[in-house]
Amino acid sequence: MADPMRIRAQASGDKATVRVLMSHEMESGQRRDANGKLVPAWHIAEVTAEHNGKVVMTAEWGPAVAKNPYLQFYVKGAKAGDKIAISWKDNRGDTRRDEATVS
Amino acid sequence: MQNRRETLRQSAVVAGLLASTGLFPQWAHAAFNKAAFETKTVLDAVKAYGPGSIVESKDITITGPDIAENGAVVPLGASTALPGVKQLLLLVEKNPSTLIAMFNVTDSIEANIATRAKMGQSSDVFAVAIMADGRALFAKKEIKVTLGGCGG
Repeated sequence: MADPMRIRAQASGDKATVRVLMSHEMESGQRRDANGKLVPAWHIAEVTAEHNGKVVMTAEWGPAVAKNPYLQFYVKGAKAGDKIAISWKDNRGDTRRDEATVS
Repeated sequence: MQNRRETLRQSAVVAGLLASTGLFPQWAHAAFNKAAFETKTVLDAVKAYGPGSIVESKDITITGPDIAENGAVVPLGASTALPGVKQLLLLVEKNPSTLIAMFNVTDSIEANIATRAKMGQSSDVFAVAIMADGRALFAKKEIKVTLGGCGG
């Protein structure tokens, strides 16, 4: 199981800014190890964001998203106390889901 | 005690039931578009999501540094104020695979997304917005990379 994500959701006006830091190696599949063998790609492939249980965004990522990925987006109509949940699945099938409260 | 064969058979039955009731987990719906992430050009990557051509537009904004000192972490953003955006794509033209990330935009979020990408070398970076009417609009920006982030 991967380390927890750090999620910050801050309401301002009629929207909330959501910033997420995920913990993942995001191996590109281009790098070679000491023996000259390609290190296979290992990356987050699918990301889902929910606002109070409703899916507001999904994403597909390739291995070219930087290590320990950062994601920022704006949820319309989210106010303090609302729940923001982020989940991801990597190309090895590992998953992680974390929740944060809008402040 | 279950043996492996029984377990497999049971999970196959469960999967079949789920599929027939349409209750498959959401991940099954959001099938990862592997082909799109193996394309080598911006146009091919966009084509993998439907549109056959792309048009440059002033209404799309791509944000990023002019010079990235470290290609392993390049902050990139795509945004537009246009209504009816279905998907936002971030692409780096000269990476081994062009497509970085695809975001399905709903009415509940603004079409404004930022993340960080890896860049192998200096390249044009594209933000593409696929609209509900099937058009694909793009903006591009050149980013110079001092130190590559793919290989090593």
